[in-house]
Amino acid sequence: MSVSRVLLAWSLATAITVTPLVGAGAAGAAPGRPAAPQQVSGTVTVSAASSLTDVFPVIAAAFMKKYPGTNVKFNFGGSPALVEQINAGAPVDVLATASEPTMWKAVNAGRVNAPFPFAKNSMAIAMPPGNPAGITGLSDLSRPGVLVAVCAVAVPCGAATRDVLKLNSVVVKPVTLELDVRDVLGRVMADEVDAGIVYVTDVKAAGGKVTSVTIPPASNATTTYPIATVIGAPNAEAARAFVMYVRFTTSVQGILRAYGFARPW
Amino acid sequence: MSLYLDCTVTRGDFTLSIAALIEPGTVVAILGPNGAGKSTLVRAIAGLHPIDAGSISINGRVVDDGGATLASAQRRSVGVVFQDYALFPHLSVLDNVAFGPRARGAGRSASSAKALETLRLLGVADLASRKPGEISGGQAQRVALARALATSPDVLLLDEPLAALDVETKEIVRAELQTQLESFAGCVVLITHDPLDALLLADRVIVLENGIVSQDGTPAELSQRPLTDYVATLMGVTLLRGEAAGGTLTLAAGGVLNIVDHDLAGPALAVVRPESVTLHLTRPEGSARNVWQGNVISLQPSHDRIRVLVDGEPSVVAAITPEAAADMRLARGTGVWLSLKSLDLQTFPAGGAGHVGIGARGVRG
Amino acid sequence: MNGRRAAAPPWFLIGPGVIAVAFLVVPLIALLLQAPWESFASIISTPSAMDALRLSLVTSLIATAIAAVIGIPLAWLLAREILPGTRLIRALVIVPLLLPPVVSGVALLAAFGRRGSVGGFLFDTFGIQLPFTTTGVILAETFVAMPFLIITLEGAFRSFDRRFEDAAVTLGASPWTVFRRITIPLVGPSIIAGAALCWARALGEFGATITFAGNFPGVTQTMPLAVYTALESDRDIAIALSILLLAVSVAVLVALRGNYMRGAARS
Repeated sequence: MSVSRVLLAWSLATAITVTPLVGAGAAGAAPGRPAAPQQVSGTVTVSAASSLTDVFPVIAAAFMKKYPGTNVKFNFGGSPALVEQINAGAPVDVLATASEPTMWKAVNAGRVNAPFPFAKNSMAIAMPPGNPAGITGLSDLSRPGVLVAVCAVAVPCGAATRDVLKLNSVVVKPVTLELDVRDVLGRVMADEVDAGIVYVTDVKAAGGKVTSVTIPPASNATTTYPIATVIGAPNAEAARAFVMYVRFTTSVQGILRAYGFARPW
Repeated sequence: MSLYLDCTVTRGDFTLSIAALIEPGTVVAILGPNGAGKSTLVRAIAGLHPIDAGSISINGRVVDDGGATLASAQRRSVGVVFQDYALFPHLSVLDNVAFGPRARGAGRSASSAKALETLRLLGVADLASRKPGEISGGQAQRVALARALATSPDVLLLDEPLAALDVETKEIVRAELQTQLESFAGCVVLITHDPLDALLLADRVIVLENGIVSQDGTPAELSQRPLTDYVATLMGVTLLRGEAAGGTLTLAAGGVLNIVDHDLAGPALAVVRPESVTLHLTRPEGSARNVWQGNVISLQPSHDRIRVLVDGEPSVVAAITPEAAADMRLARGTGVWLSLKSLDLQTFPAGGAGHVGIGARGVRG
Repeated sequence: MNGRRAAAPPWFLIGPGVIAVAFLVVPLIALLLQAPWESFASIISTPSAMDALRLSLVTSLIATAIAAVIGIPLAWLLAREILPGTRLIRALVIVPLLLPPVVSGVALLAAFGRRGSVGGFLFDTFGIQLPFTTTGVILAETFVAMPFLIITLEGAFRSFDRRFEDAAVTLGASPWTVFRRITIPLVGPSIIAGAALCWARALGEFGATITFAGNFPGVTQTMPLAVYTALESDRDIAIALSILLLAVSVAVLVALRGNYMRGAARS
C-alpha cells in the first residue's frame, strides 16, 4: 500500500542519475500530427496515475505488439507523488497524471514536454458488497455514523471529490484522506468503510467486489488525464512513440472506453 | 518460640534431609562445606522454597508440611540476614530497616520509629540517612541484622553473616554479634562454613554434609568427638577409625594403637589432637606407649605453630613450634618418629556413623 | 616506535565508523539545508501542524503508558519463565518488531477492523469502532512499539538480583509490595531506557497507523502522516514538519539522556 509507494519513490529518486538528452524535447511539441517513429526499442518506463493501473497494461501490450523489442514498465501511484519523483530526477520516460494541475507542476518545473489530454474520468460512490449502510446518493454520505473514505485534496481524485461535493452542496466528514484513489477503493473492498468516492473507472475495475451509485453527469465532476514525455528521458525515442501511440491510435480510445474512461475532448 | 524441623527438600538431583528441634534462646549453627545443602535449608526455613516431605513448625504452628499447609515467606516470623546482606540499594538505611514493619502493616512514622530504635540498639543510628552503598561491610552487617530484627521475628536466620567481611573486621563483628545474639529471645539459626563462627557463636552445632546431618552437638562435643573427617579436619584433629579390643585399636588404614579404655570393643573412633603428638628424629625412649615411624608430607604454618602432616601407620597431624621445626630441619620427606601417650588419645564407639571415611582426610587428602 | 604504532586506533574500525557517521548524519544535515527557514515559523505554527504535533505527542505518550502498564508485567513473567511456553511467547511478542509496519496495520485490521475477529464483536455488540479513530492510532503505535519496551525490560529483570525480592518477602512484603517497592525501583533506569525507545518508535510510527487508522487531520493524522501528506502538495511544508518532529524527539531524548546512560551502564 502506501509504504511501498514511498519506498518506490525513494529508490527511483536515488537510483540513477539522468543524462541530459539533446533535441528529444521537441518531439511532441510540433503542431499537427508528426510522423510516428519507425524504429524504437528498449524499455519505456511510464509513471502513471494509479487509476490507470488496469487500463495501461492493456494499452502497453498493444504498443509492444506494434513495436517489437520494446518493453513497457509501469510505476503507478498518486499523481503528485509521481510528479515529485520526476522533479527529483527519477529516470522515467513518460508521465501520465490524473489531472491537469498536477501535470502542470511537472511542466512548470521544466521536467516534461508539452502534455496532451487523452482521457477523462468522473466520480462515483463505491460501497462494499451488500451496501451495509444503505447508501443511495451523495447526501447519504453526510449521515452521522457513515464511514466515508475519500482522496486528499492534494491528489486529483481528491480535487474532483471536493468539486462534486460542492456541486451537490453536500458536506461530508470523511474518516480518512487517502493519497491514492486505489487506497480508497481498497478500504471499500475490505469493508473498512461504508462508502468511498472513487472514479467511475475504479468501480468498473473492482467488478463485483463493490457496489456503486452513479452520480448524474450534470452534477458530477470530471478530471482530465494528460500524458507527456519526460525531458531527459532515458529512452526518449520510445517515450515519444508511446505518447503518440496513446494519443493517436484509434484502438487505444476503444480500450479506454472499455475501462470506463471518456474522451477528453 | 521454638523451631522444629523434620523435612526433606529436593532441588534437582540434590536432596536435603534434616531433623532438629531448636529451643528458644539458643543459637544453633548449621555448619557444612559448599554444596552441603545449607542454602537450601535457609530457603526452606525462610519459606522461599517449599519442602517435599516432613514438616517445619515455628512456635508449634506448622508452616510447611510438604503438602497443603504452606505459609509463604511473607507470613512467617523469620528474620533473615542474607549472605552479602542484600540491603536494598535504592533505600536509605532507615528505610531498609523500616521496610519490614511497614510491610507488616505499621504506619510510616511508627515504622521509622521502630527502625531508628533498632538501629540505635545496634549502635548504627547515625547511618540512618545513608544509602547501603555508602557504608562499610561491618556497618552493613549491623544494618542487615537491624532490618531482620525490626520485625521482631521468632526465628532469626543468619546466612553466612560474616563471609563478606575481611579478616580484621570479621573478628570485631563476630564479637559484637555474640553479644547481640545473646540478647535475642527467639531461636537463632546460623548458617556458616567457618568452624570459628560455629564454635564461638553457637550453643549447638549441626553439621551438614551432602544433604544429611553428620553430627549434632555442642562445640565441645564436636572438637572432642568429631564423627567425620570433615569435622575432624575443621577441628584440626585427626580422626582414626578401627576395631577396638582389649586395650588396643587396630586401625583400618594400618597400624595399631594402645588405648586406655580396655572395655571398648568393636568399631571405634580415636581422636588425635595435633598438640599431643611429639616428633623425634631418633627412636624415643619414654613413657609414651604409642611410638611409630613416618615421613613428613607437608608443613603448614598456622598461627603460632606449624602443622606437620606425617604419613605413616597411622598418618596424623602434629603441631610443633616453628623453633622446633627449624632445630629438627624438617622438610618434606624427612623421616621422623612419632610418639603419643595413650592418655592423650580419645576413643569412643563408632556408633551408627557408618559413612565415616577411613583415615583422616587432612593427612591423606 | 612499534609500541606507539600499536597504540594508534585500528584503521579497520575508524574507516567504517566514519562512513557510518556520515551516512547517518548527512541526510539530517541535508534536511536542515533544504528547510524553508523564512517561512518555517509560519508553517509550523499553522493549526494543522500544531494539531498533528499535539496528536503525535498525545498518542505516543499514551501508547508508551499502555505499553508500560501491560508490557512491564509481561517482561517480568518472561524473565522469570513463569508462563508455560515462555520461549514461544517471547518469540511471538517480538514479531511486531520485525514485521514491516504496514503488515502490522493489515494484521490489526484483521483483528480489530469492524469485520475483524475481535473488532467485529466490538462493533456488533457495542458499536465500538477502532479504525479511523485516535484510539486506533494509539492501538497501532502500542502494537508496533511495545516489543521494544518488553525486550529491554526482560533483560533487566533477568539480570536482576533476586535476593532483594527474597529479602523483601521475608520481611513480610506482599508480592505487590515487593514488585512496587523493590523490583520496579531497582530496574528503574531500564524502564526509562525501554520507555524512551518505545516512545521514539511510537512517535515515528507511520505504516501501521495509516493502514489501520487512516489519515485524517486532527483525528488520526500524526506528524509522520502529515509529512507524507504534505509531500503531495508542498515540499517545503513537509520539510518544515520533518524538522519539527526531529527537534521534538531529539529534545526529549537529550532530556532523558542522563537516565538513559545510567540505565545502560547499570544493566
